[in-house]
Amino acid sequence: MNLFALIIGGFLGTISRYELGRVILPLSNGFPLGTMIINLLGCLFLGWFLTITLIRWNVRPEIRLGIGTGFTGAFTTFSTFSIETITLIQKHHVELAIVYMVISIAGGIAFSAIGYTLAKATKRGGTA
Amino acid sequence: MSMILLIGLGGVIGTISRFYLGKWVTSKSNSLFPWGTFIINISGSFILGILFFLHTRGNVANWLWLMLGTGFCGGYTTFSTFSYETVQLMQKKQLLYALGYVLLSIVGGLLFCWIGMNVGELS
Repeated sequence: MNLFALIIGGFLGTISRYELGRVILPLSNGFPLGTMIINLLGCLFLGWFLTITLIRWNVRPEIRLGIGTGFTGAFTTFSTFSIETITLIQKHHVELAIVYMVISIAGGIAFSAIGYTLAKATKRGGTA
Repeated sequence: MSMILLIGLGGVIGTISRFYLGKWVTSKSNSLFPWGTFIINISGSFILGILFFLHTRGNVANWLWLMLGTGFCGGYTTFSTFSYETVQLMQKKQLLYALGYVLLSIVGGLLFCWIGMNVGELS
């Protein structure tokens, strides 16, 4: 069951990243907007999802695994982030590379924490 | 349509590899440092670098680049778990671990990706 959840989640996460990446094009200066938005969205969602399924929603472990580790893990990517940063540096866009790194890292951590906080707030304000 | 299936298949193999490798590394380590995700993200950046090099030289066809690069490496590595683990370390007041995890992941990821991209010149 775990493996099945990972297969479904990983498949959907990967093709969602691919399709969204084809829609959100890089900026004219080469800034990789697509991967950045994908990673930030994934961080927000994972922070919220892993927290709300821990403290409020009672979901089966394989659902949590399929959506958290499977879908969101495959939706976001670290390797593409690495290669895009190096490509920016190689094209002498060092300042863009720094902006990309700072927004991705600081933003990813902040969004993950915001997701966690939203889930916590849901618990306090919830009716259950 | 078949391209989507190939990318998805690569992503599935990457996701399963991440899950089992992460589980195995975590079972071997009793440190607060998230070694599993760290090793996965560094090795995935390295593999993507090599693929990029081979693709640029024309040794890897476009469909294989999409299947292994976008699919496998993208599904294998993860940014959301990396951020989540960093927040968890901060919540446990392990700020030095959090800072070390972020810095080592970035420096290691970029360095190994660069080594992969230049594997032809280095060998």
